[in-house]
Amino acid sequence: MDMMDKLTILADAAKYDAACTSSGVVRGGMRGGIGSASNSGCCHTFSADGRCVSLLKVLMTNHCCYDCAYCVNRRSNDLPRAAFTPRELCELTIQFYRRNYIEGLFLSSAVLKSPDYTTERMIAALRLLRTEYHFNGYIHAKAIPGADPALTYQLGLLADRLSVNIELPSEGSLKLLAPDKKKDAILAPMAQIRDGAEQSRAELKLYRHAPRFAPAGQATQMIVGATPETDRHILKLSAGLYRKYGLKRVFFSAYMPVSSSSLLPAPEGFKPPLLREHRLYQADWLMRFYRFRPEELLDDDHPNFDASLDPKTDWALRHMEFFPVEINSAPYEHLLRVPGIGVRGARRILVARRVGSVTFEGLKRLGVVMKRCQYFVTCGGRMLPGLRCSPEGVYRRLAGLEREALPGAEFEQLTLFEEKTG
Amino acid sequence: MEQVCYRYDGSFQGFLTCVFESYVHKEPPAAFLTFWDEETTLWSEREVETHEPHAQRVYKALGEKGTPLFRHRLERAFLTCLPDRELILYGLIRRCLDGEGKRVVSDLSDPVMARVTLALQKLFTEEDHLRGFVRFSDVDGMLVGEIEPKNRVLPLIGPHFAARFNGERIALYDRTHREAFFYADLQWRILPVEEFHIGPAGEAERAWRGLWRRFYKTIAIEGRENPKCQSAHLPKRYRHVMTEFMEEETNAALPAKLP
Repeated sequence: MDMMDKLTILADAAKYDAACTSSGVVRGGMRGGIGSASNSGCCHTFSADGRCVSLLKVLMTNHCCYDCAYCVNRRSNDLPRAAFTPRELCELTIQFYRRNYIEGLFLSSAVLKSPDYTTERMIAALRLLRTEYHFNGYIHAKAIPGADPALTYQLGLLADRLSVNIELPSEGSLKLLAPDKKKDAILAPMAQIRDGAEQSRAELKLYRHAPRFAPAGQATQMIVGATPETDRHILKLSAGLYRKYGLKRVFFSAYMPVSSSSLLPAPEGFKPPLLREHRLYQADWLMRFYRFRPEELLDDDHPNFDASLDPKTDWALRHMEFFPVEINSAPYEHLLRVPGIGVRGARRILVARRVGSVTFEGLKRLGVVMKRCQYFVTCGGRMLPGLRCSPEGVYRRLAGLEREALPGAEFEQLTLFEEKTG
Repeated sequence: MEQVCYRYDGSFQGFLTCVFESYVHKEPPAAFLTFWDEETTLWSEREVETHEPHAQRVYKALGEKGTPLFRHRLERAFLTCLPDRELILYGLIRRCLDGEGKRVVSDLSDPVMARVTLALQKLFTEEDHLRGFVRFSDVDGMLVGEIEPKNRVLPLIGPHFAARFNGERIALYDRTHREAFFYADLQWRILPVEEFHIGPAGEAERAWRGLWRRFYKTIAIEGRENPKCQSAHLPKRYRHVMTEFMEEETNAALPAKLP
């Protein structure tokens, strides 16, 4: 099998992994080596589905001994199978990297023979890349649940970020769809990675050359829309993961019908819940950068997000008692809660109001989205002059703004005559 | 006080020397031109040779009366494509040095400052984009690439590539500003270049490009196609020099300029 076919098969098999970030670690260039890494990561291109391509995302192999219903690589699926040798993988990575196509390597694998054997093969490839090719760029590796902790540790010494997919948002769903995977088998490596990284950080404070274990932390991903969990459940789960396992990111992946299992939504006519995924990411951002708690965003009365509004606006409209916020005196945390004011806008407001009071004109120049925030703020105690609105009117206008921003915004053509269906 | 038009060498040091001269001669600028600009103005002209110690004095004053961050931002703003950027920056410098001091630095809602902030934001976005979107070709062991940016980003992205690929030789050409970044043996220079041609790609190079194009096509999920999102993150103006958006091998090193 030639390289082109292998790459096609193994990239195709890896594409459902959402994570393609290259962030979280800073490393300058290395004399005699190739590569560096920056804290914010770097996107090298965007694929036709609008997702960032930062890393060469491939599987080591797609031969799998498991049979998870939601997964393309399940053993009962009739697919062409392939495997990279460590040498091939290294050549591919280095040559792509030199041409600035990629920021590093994302290496995952189907479970060939056993979790231990699979991890050993991944270690062999990464060790070759780090030692013989002196690759100093970013590496994201998937820890294989069920592998020996000593092997996972080796993997973490070679990679910058490790991740374990929790796959489905509840144990019940996991039992139903991934009978070979156990919740504990997934959480055990996550705990190990957390402890390993903590220990490594502590040692690095004492010894500059202490080994670095997964310096960019760990991430995870779960599939949304294959099973009936609510947004509230998913959000609480991810907040728990951030807190308990010190995760850097939780990724959500809208379920794509890749199987005709009777346990899953039927493939015909099934639309992946992309908007729902988008809303979850927005909420994830609100939790990580805007100091929202999950129980603030959704409660028992609202277990799911409003599809026509973003979670922040949704929250604002349900908590009008919090508003209006006075631009010239509100603390940073309050500014962040205003729809239309982001992290950058809020910081600029803090700086600008040191030299004088901020007017609506000035606010506009600070890069704040006036169309959104005008209903929620005052400057010098006054609302925007001439602004008239009723609560329903505000909802309608904000939902209208949101509709324009969403992909595939289609406007219905009005017809004079109703079409006759018969 | 009579206004004059300053002619200088286009460097930041040169610009600071002009600021120094304007204080010495009490001549506020009406315009700034470089020695190579063919335009002429009706203002009387003053030619300014870059004078390192004078520039340094202005530089130091900016750090003391303003803040080091403000000075840094001025230096970066000098690389942007903001129209009349010298005059705008000159205005800010005067306001800072003539009494307002650190106040100018924080006055983000001021119209002029807001324009500079926006221009800087665009510069940094473009820098960020191009760190990822630059495509190199291996031509006889040298990494060669071309970009067509709006802002002068070479001084920002060049050193990044030099550090990353420090064992390689690099040439990166900026079509807009007709200058190129060269790197070899831990040394780099940015030099004006009139013409820049990349030779035809070898067989190995074409094979790697083919693999990359295949990877790029494969990694997209069909059911999620979203051109609007793609264009928001990867504006179309970058695409004509990116390998994955080029047709199958034409044997040309990189495509010609956009029609």
